[in-house]
Amino acid sequence: MLPIAIIRDFLDETGTLGRFTGRFFSTGLKPRFEFKELLNQCYIIGYKSLPLIALTGFIMGLVLTMQLRPSLVDYGVESQLPVMVGIAIVREIGPVITALIFAGKIASSIGAELGSMKVTEQIDAMEVSGTNPFKYLVATRALATTLMLPVLTVMGDAISLLGAYIGVNIRSVTSFYLFFTQIFHSLTFGDALPAFIKTFFFGFAVGMIGCYKGYTSSKGTRGVGSSANSAVVLSSVVIFIIDLLAVQLTDLLGLN
Amino acid sequence: MKKSTDTVSNSPAIVIEKLCKSFGDHVVLKDFSLTVQKEENVVVLGKSGSGKSVLIKCIIGLLNPDSGNIWVFGENVPELAHDALDQIRARIGFLFQGNALYDSMTVRENLEFPLRRHWINHSQKQVDALVMEALENVGLAYTVNLMPEELSGGMLKRVALARTMILKPEVILYDEPTTGLDPVTAREIDNLILKLQKKYHTSSIIITHDMNCVKNTADRVALLLDGHCYAQGTYADFEQSADPNIHQFFE
Ligand SMILES: Nc1ncnc2c1ncn2[C@@H]1O[C@H](COP(=O)(O)OP(=O)(O)O)[C@@H](O)[C@H]1O
Ligand SMILES: [Mg+2]
Repeated sequence: MLPIAIIRDFLDETGTLGRFTGRFFSTGLKPRFEFKELLNQCYIIGYKSLPLIALTGFIMGLVLTMQLRPSLVDYGVESQLPVMVGIAIVREIGPVITALIFAGKIASSIGAELGSMKVTEQIDAMEVSGTNPFKYLVATRALATTLMLPVLTVMGDAISLLGAYIGVNIRSVTSFYLFFTQIFHSLTFGDALPAFIKTFFFGFAVGMIGCYKGYTSSKGTRGVGSSANSAVVLSSVVIFIIDLLAVQLTDLLGLN
Repeated sequence: MKKSTDTVSNSPAIVIEKLCKSFGDHVVLKDFSLTVQKEENVVVLGKSGSGKSVLIKCIIGLLNPDSGNIWVFGENVPELAHDALDQIRARIGFLFQGNALYDSMTVRENLEFPLRRHWINHSQKQVDALVMEALENVGLAYTVNLMPEELSGGMLKRVALARTMILKPEVILYDEPTTGLDPVTAREIDNLILKLQKKYHTSSIIITHDMNCVKNTADRVALLLDGHCYAQGTYADFEQSADPNIHQFFE
């Protein structure tokens, strides 16, 4: 009985999330789009996440380099350290870690914000005030996360590589120029482009799931808390699923 | 707009006919009927959870009834398409029980929000004038640049009322306007409701279980019980009634 109930709930949830996402494409992008609110959300979602993404990216690049060095020394390929780290950061770790940190910060705040707007009837108030709350709240936020996460990822990657450069220079001396030429020589189009494209999907998932969880929040403080919480959990899982699909797809397309 | 025709005629402001609404198998409204005349204050009395909020949310089209008609200004709300519904909504004010002020916006932005409708073309000067008029009506012009979190409960209610009134609606629906306020503030709100009704000649449905509010504001009282309109009459009729279902509200 129990597993069936779980599967049913899962399918039910997937269905409503799917329909909610469908609404984004069917009504959310229709004319009289809320550009001012979109810009406002880009500022809140993008600009204000920058310090966090920069800090975590920097530490990640530094630590990754320091952790990789002993193994490379063992194999006698220490000179390949910048290349290894560069590829790891640009192709996988940069996009995924940035997306997960972003999910932790943004999916929860969108979930909590829309959740409390829902339970305090602010969404109903918008509706009777003649403003479509789906367009004003959901479409703007989902679009802002979709546009901002790729930008944040590129910046996060750059700062990670800077961290990696410092990590390399702790034990040996490499010039800044040499370090980056080495990385950019080994990175191909096929490394960078799929990694960049998937960040749009990560961003969309974070925004859409945050909004969905907030919009369907149940009454009471616990409802709002749990919608913020499950927004983070679900969007993190979805990020990994998208990542898995992306790697399969790039494989199929022969971009590897 | 059909404004000219229905202010001339003496048709009622709101006519609710056999309204039914259930959530799953939980029946909330069953054959509820009620008529509100022009410039009349009708109080709908009912216990907590009896479906009072559901009733007025059906009137403004936030909930879709299962069956029944809701005629407002001669149009049947459940049958209205999106744009027509928005035109009607601009003529109906709705005061939410929890005020529903946007907590990320200032008082001014809150009041400007209903004016964002694309078919309303106001200059910034006209918008400012409307905002100040609405706030002066509730005596809170000085709060215009404050955030909702900086205001007390009574002030929040008055700002919410100002936002409700900003488009000078002909019908206002009040969801428990005095619940959760201290008695002195509650009486202030009652007086404000009466004052604004006189000034703008509005019709209203006031939902409450606060008998002082009923006594102060009601032209007529309707009791919502078991999903239908159990009794109607003046406050005096209700006060003298021996019916235990009515009498319990006076205890
Ligand atoms: N959106 C909804 N979904 C399910 N049940 C609802 C919904 N809205 C209201 N109800 C139920 O309808 C009943 C009446 O609610 P309501 O109109 O809010 O009561 P009140 O008279 O206190 O305003 C309650 O039992 C409530 O649980
Ligand atoms: Mg209620």
